[in-house]
Amino acid sequence: MNEEFLNTLGSIVGTATPLVIASLGETVTERAGVVNLSLDGSLALAAVLGFAAAWTAQEAGVLDVPGQIALGIAVAMLVGALIALLIGFSSIKLRRDQVAVGFVLTLLAADLARFLGANFTRIPGPQITRYAIPVLSDLPVIGPVLFRQNLLVYFSYLLMFVIWFWLFRTGGGLTLRAIGERPEAAYARGARVQGLRYWYTALGGALVGLAGAAYSLNVKPGWSSPPAMQGDGWIALAIVIFGGWHPFRVVLGAYLFAGLRAVSSNIQTNGLFIFGQEISFPFVLLNTLPWLLMIVTLLIVSGGLTERLLQYMPRAVQRRLRAFLRSDPPKALGTRFELE
Amino acid sequence: MTARHPAVTRIVFLLLPIGISLAVAAALVIAVGRDPLDVVDALWQGAFKDSRKLGGVFNFWIPLSLVSIGLVVTFRAGLWNIGVEGQMMMGALFASWGAQYILLDDSLAPLLHVALLCLAALGGMFWAWVVGALKIRLGVNEIFGGVALNALVNVISIYLISGPWQPRIGGSAQGTEPFPQPALLPEFAQTFPVNIFMIVLVAAAFVIVYALLNRTRWGLNLKAVGKNMRSAQLLGVATERTSMSAFLVCGALAGVAGSYRVLFTFDNLRPLASGGIGFLGLLVVLLLSIRLLWAPLVAFAFAAILTGSTRLQIAPSLKLDSSLAGVMQGMLVLFVILFQGVREVFFPSKANDDDEMAAEESGA
Repeated sequence: MNEEFLNTLGSIVGTATPLVIASLGETVTERAGVVNLSLDGSLALAAVLGFAAAWTAQEAGVLDVPGQIALGIAVAMLVGALIALLIGFSSIKLRRDQVAVGFVLTLLAADLARFLGANFTRIPGPQITRYAIPVLSDLPVIGPVLFRQNLLVYFSYLLMFVIWFWLFRTGGGLTLRAIGERPEAAYARGARVQGLRYWYTALGGALVGLAGAAYSLNVKPGWSSPPAMQGDGWIALAIVIFGGWHPFRVVLGAYLFAGLRAVSSNIQTNGLFIFGQEISFPFVLLNTLPWLLMIVTLLIVSGGLTERLLQYMPRAVQRRLRAFLRSDPPKALGTRFELE
Repeated sequence: MTARHPAVTRIVFLLLPIGISLAVAAALVIAVGRDPLDVVDALWQGAFKDSRKLGGVFNFWIPLSLVSIGLVVTFRAGLWNIGVEGQMMMGALFASWGAQYILLDDSLAPLLHVALLCLAALGGMFWAWVVGALKIRLGVNEIFGGVALNALVNVISIYLISGPWQPRIGGSAQGTEPFPQPALLPEFAQTFPVNIFMIVLVAAAFVIVYALLNRTRWGLNLKAVGKNMRSAQLLGVATERTSMSAFLVCGALAGVAGSYRVLFTFDNLRPLASGGIGFLGLLVVLLLSIRLLWAPLVAFAFAAILTGSTRLQIAPSLKLDSSLAGVMQGMLVLFVILFQGVREVFFPSKANDDDEMAAEESGA
């Protein structure tokens, strides 16, 4: 494989990282039975405040560069966690609809980001630096693709495995899944359902905040209006569904979307050549691709269409194919748990 | 409604969220080093200084009211029509097509206007039908279907503006050429630039939808589907058809709202011509817990804030981003929703439950 192609793959992995982290965060939250619909706004607000914190530290010269970055990330994670907690609180304590509160927060956080970010538009700030991992980065193919990135990208790999391990290999993960599937049963077995929901909602929100910082401190450094991540929050939410609330599939979905986007933007800048022949059509229309993919993936995993098509399949493969294609949400997702 | 709840509590719970959201907004303004009173002044001047400004308020109010009325219908059926923004945009696209290609003489302008509004309604219904079909037939959640379709129609509009419909001279992504004069909706007066017919149309839509929701079997079916799909089905309600009809009604109203933006506000098609008004409509309806009665009034208040906010950028003492308007509106809706919860949870009384039931029965 030629080097240019591998570099492209590497850059896709890099630009996909915020999407990966945000989707994994939302996976954790939703596994606990809470929908944080505010992602599209949370990402923006976390991005701008994280950037503002890091930039302010840089201007004041109080920290070294890694310190500035760490401060920015901490602020962004705090923002994400607070927004998520607000949704958790309004649902758990105040019995409000998670979707309604989440939607209001989507718009509110996005406007707040625009308002607060007005003074930070298009100014350079500190950036997360690359760090090629010794030995691993020299491996053929996967070296340049996976291991010549920055720390946040490596963290996203780790995060995927940690969440998977926690969910499916530990007692704590079993409880987490239980409070999202059958909270009454979990409660009967002694789980503190409400308390755990708060924790996991905040944790997921903090990861969403981290994803926000990943935009403003890495993928597209700084802040611009309209923000670079506009729409990505919704895509991340759809990826969680596509991924069937499973960390591996969720990450796969995030790379799929990022890959498609990279291809379409590449064609828009360089043109499209098939067998050396330049193909020309209105490339603007390529921007529809991620959204079409979103509809198609949701159609496949949640639609009745798959079910109908499965009827034509041989009986032997039906069940396995269904398990592979369909994804069912945690049963108590979006509902309240109340003790009588 | 009789005051079964102590009057004091009611007033407190009405004013508290308003007060807190204003206080938070004021704190925000102070935090960026401006005077909140200057902001109030700018908003007021921007919205009500003279009849021209007031006309501007009505120009936001007309589309905002239309989508809010439509959204009450979809919310009644338990549907989250986030796609309303795209339905506005599709209406705008259909109307723009008609405005450019149906060429009629000036004397036939009224006929053309009716045709364009019908086209716009069709466009909105088309896009709403897609969301509805994805949801009802194919099981794709309407929130995600809606978000995707919003993005799709925006890409399509940018394609049209930069491609087939680009201005003959200086083609860019800014907008199409101004539409031919007969297609544009006329303004009442130079000093009050509003289309009166559309105000009448909003009033008519309000009355008709109000009557449909509260006086017909269809309205009852909507409510049944919204409350509990399963039992509505068991009671013999055609749930799929009812849900789809809600989408179509909302889509038609949104389409007309979108066409007003291009046929009056802008005089041409621009990217993002719907301007977030659909989303704002969702906020209006959420603020009112899906009750139609006060929608035009709240829409007016929101429209005034929106119009006034344009002055925030210009006023020399402020130079603030106009997104402050969105922040204020979002805060207000958030705190209203939260305080409904506080009232219900921390001040439980039978009166509360009765209130809710009474409100539902009156259906307003």
